[in-house]
Amino acid sequence: MKNLFLIITFFTMSFTAFAEKLTIVSVNNGDMVRMQKLSSDFTKKNPGIELDFQFMEENVLRQKVTLDITNKGGAYDIMTIGMYEAPMWGEKGWLVPMNSLPSKFDIDDILPAVRNGLSHNGVLYASPFYGESSFTMYRVDLFAEKGLIMPDKPTWGEIFKFAKALHNPPEVNGICLRGKAGWGENAAFIGTVANAFGARWVDEKWNPQLTGPAWTHAFSFYVDLVQNYGPKGAANNGFNENLKLFNQGKCAMWIDATVAASFVTNKEESTVYNKVNFALAPSAVTEKGGWLWSWAIAIPAGTKKEAAAKKFVMWATSKDYIKLVAENHGWSNVPPGTRTSTYTNAMYLNNAPFARLTLAAMNAADPSMNGTLKRKPYIGVQFMTIPEFQAIGTEAGRQFSAALAGKKSVSDALESANKSAYKLLKKGGYIK
Amino acid sequence: MIPKLFRSVITLAIGILLFFPILWMFITSFKTEIEAIKFPPSFIFDLTFSNYFEIQERSNYFKYAFNSIIISLGSTLLGISLSIPVSWSLAFIKNKYKEFILLWILSTKMMPAVGVLVPMYIIFRDIKLLDTLTGMVIILTLTNLPILVWLLYNYFAEIPHEIIESSQIDGATIFQEITKIILPLSLPGISSAFLLSVILCWNEAFWSLMLTSTNSAPLSVFIASFSSPEGLFWAKLSAASVMAVLPIMILGWFSQKQLVAGLTFGAIK
Amino acid sequence: MTYSRSFFGKLILTPTIAVLLLWIVIPLSLTIYYSFQNYNMLDGSPTGYIGWMNYEFFIFDEAFYDAILNTFLIVLSLLLITVFFGFLFASLLNSDIFLSNFIKLLYISPFLIIPSVSALLWKNLMMDPINGFGTFLLNILNFEGIDFLNEYPLGSIITMLSWTWVPFSTLLILTSLKSIDKTIIESAKIDGANDFQISLFIILPNILRSINIIILIETIFFLAVFAEISIATNGGPGTETTNLPFLIFQKGLQNFDVGESSAGGLIAVVLANFVAIFLIKNMSKNI
Repeated sequence: MKNLFLIITFFTMSFTAFAEKLTIVSVNNGDMVRMQKLSSDFTKKNPGIELDFQFMEENVLRQKVTLDITNKGGAYDIMTIGMYEAPMWGEKGWLVPMNSLPSKFDIDDILPAVRNGLSHNGVLYASPFYGESSFTMYRVDLFAEKGLIMPDKPTWGEIFKFAKALHNPPEVNGICLRGKAGWGENAAFIGTVANAFGARWVDEKWNPQLTGPAWTHAFSFYVDLVQNYGPKGAANNGFNENLKLFNQGKCAMWIDATVAASFVTNKEESTVYNKVNFALAPSAVTEKGGWLWSWAIAIPAGTKKEAAAKKFVMWATSKDYIKLVAENHGWSNVPPGTRTSTYTNAMYLNNAPFARLTLAAMNAADPSMNGTLKRKPYIGVQFMTIPEFQAIGTEAGRQFSAALAGKKSVSDALESANKSAYKLLKKGGYIK
Repeated sequence: MIPKLFRSVITLAIGILLFFPILWMFITSFKTEIEAIKFPPSFIFDLTFSNYFEIQERSNYFKYAFNSIIISLGSTLLGISLSIPVSWSLAFIKNKYKEFILLWILSTKMMPAVGVLVPMYIIFRDIKLLDTLTGMVIILTLTNLPILVWLLYNYFAEIPHEIIESSQIDGATIFQEITKIILPLSLPGISSAFLLSVILCWNEAFWSLMLTSTNSAPLSVFIASFSSPEGLFWAKLSAASVMAVLPIMILGWFSQKQLVAGLTFGAIK
Repeated sequence: MTYSRSFFGKLILTPTIAVLLLWIVIPLSLTIYYSFQNYNMLDGSPTGYIGWMNYEFFIFDEAFYDAILNTFLIVLSLLLITVFFGFLFASLLNSDIFLSNFIKLLYISPFLIIPSVSALLWKNLMMDPINGFGTFLLNILNFEGIDFLNEYPLGSIITMLSWTWVPFSTLLILTSLKSIDKTIIESAKIDGANDFQISLFIILPNILRSINIIILIETIFFLAVFAEISIATNGGPGTETTNLPFLIFQKGLQNFDVGESSAGGLIAVVLANFVAIFLIKNMSKNI
């Protein structure tokens, strides 16, 4: 008996001695935090693998992850990255390619737009955790009061009229839109609006187009709309701030990421959860109104824990995981925008009123070079997938925010942003 | 009596005003998220501890707190040990380069950390100090050394020369001079430098964030995970903030007597 | 005896100075090297010598002039505010009041808060234009809410920093006040001096030394203010709250341009050294 006990102890100890610890770093969005809560499902199915989650906000995450991967620090076994980094880092060989995954994973189930956005030369480098486009969210009760009807495919002109009619401060603002400076905050959004007005960041020769007619039209329209019918302090409002406003009932309309839908319809968080409906992102000159983004999980190349890491990646982005979230938190909270099977699932479609439109928005987004009115030399809807874009987008974001706050004129802001984009593109060798 | 009461009330009122943001943060930590963003803000509400539980669930608070304590204490002890000899020498030994040395030591603190981030990261990576407590202790000691040297130099300089000279006449060795005369006389000053160093290390948020990941991350990194997520977060942020600052506040409060006593420049007279 | 003492005294300086020298020289040489290279972190390694271009880019950046201006504005206003209020509060705390120990605790608390926590606290709970406590107070006084961080960005940052640092100077001045011999004050009173004269001729000279130390230490920290700006306003709107450290941070960790941020860092070192030399020259009589 004593021998048996010793043998068992020995095995258990050697087992735990072989326990691998996977360090996972992620952005602290609700879906990811939920993943941590459900991670016991993974550890139960994979004894011998321990998980250590590190959460941080998007900007800090990007800094740390970039610092680590470009200098081969090796601190993280699994990283959460976006559609911006995945193709670039995949090309550089810094990420483990997600090929030869078991067929059970059903890689072809992943939405084509998302899969392409995270691949380079046809090889997937990061598995999508959730995907999003952008669309319009609005208050049916306020619309009904004024006898207004939101079309399925609104134009920016219509949105402007609605905002004017519904603007009633301080209780309700006509429309809440992003103003906070940041290449992933206001620049991404305004870039998408510009696309709708027929613009692109640069022309085929990489000359920045921010002072061109399309951008000028788009941005002056935006500033006009936000300054007149938006909330106080809009220049500092990003996704979070607008979410808060909308959930408190202070916005008649909000155009932003499709992931917001599950928050605004959540009884626990929103005071208007049952008064919301959705429409596509507004178009203007083109129908390309929404953006495309995905947070995905990747494995740095050169890791010694590739097998275990791949197991985790597959677990977190599998169909089973989606079912797991549904069982524990309800169908409306499953990670959206990754798999076709989610959108053919009757349970999901019934419980998530925003599902149909989310899928439509995601399918409409086209990051390829044909995705804008005039052809462009870069991939990406709201950003350019080049290293210099962070600088370009950040600077543009700052200028946009200053104009929204009334500190700079629209033309001055666009002029500054354009000048700095030109310098950066020249320094990086894009402009000869 | 009346003037004293009046003065006390005014002083107390200002104190409460100063303390109020902290108090408000503390109160908010016991609200639910929806309650926390209610406007006008509520002063009476249903208390909940859920924020604290959720935080502990998401990240291991005690590991971060432990790291903060080790890094702060370690770097302070190392820093004080290194700076006492330097400050003693600059205060009591004639040195024509004294002003230059003091200035140079101060100048080592002038480089903005971001400017040397990549070099430091690469160096730490190569000597395997990334994400280690040792690495953090070393770097924080180096960044705080100039402050400690300056502070201690000033306390030492306050000690009247007659005392030193008479001890030399009595035949004291340098070691005795330091341990039996200078240290006891400047103990309040040293303890306040000690406290200041602990506070500075505790509050340091740049190197802690960049050079650590899982093993040696202190509380300043812990906070980063709650600072700006999607969705509502004021209540959780308040709870996380309370947890992050509680240890140092308790330390600061209990040793404020030392702090005040220690910063007495002329007490030695 | 004197010979060996002096020799030993100088010798004892060497370890620490050597360590500090290493600490400076090694990273600094790499930084200098990077400052002459085109090095975007996302490229993985430096891609080529580009001479002074990084320095040019940094200095002729639209934001550079604002950064320098804001840095000095922040430093100067904070020095004034902390010294003034430090003296005021220290005098109050030093006077004869009830519960002085408890009240002292209230006054030091802000200094113990981690700067990132403090920034988050002010940005969200206090200064939020819709839900913040500041707006609540203004409404009580029948004013509309103010978007502090957008309308008065630099003022808001300075407010946050004052909140943190006034306790520091209060504490230092308080201890200095406590060390003034009360009998001197009493005899002055007997001689007929009023409060103002006492302040000016007895108290002020005695606390001058601690004020000098406060100025020196605070200047070092204020020149490097970064956390509050990064968290509360991210340098904006536009460049209204961008200071030199933040600009360097932007180049290095938002644009990931290591070359330019290295150049910026070196420029900052040079400027900061000038400031330090200036301060020390002016204070050397008190050291």
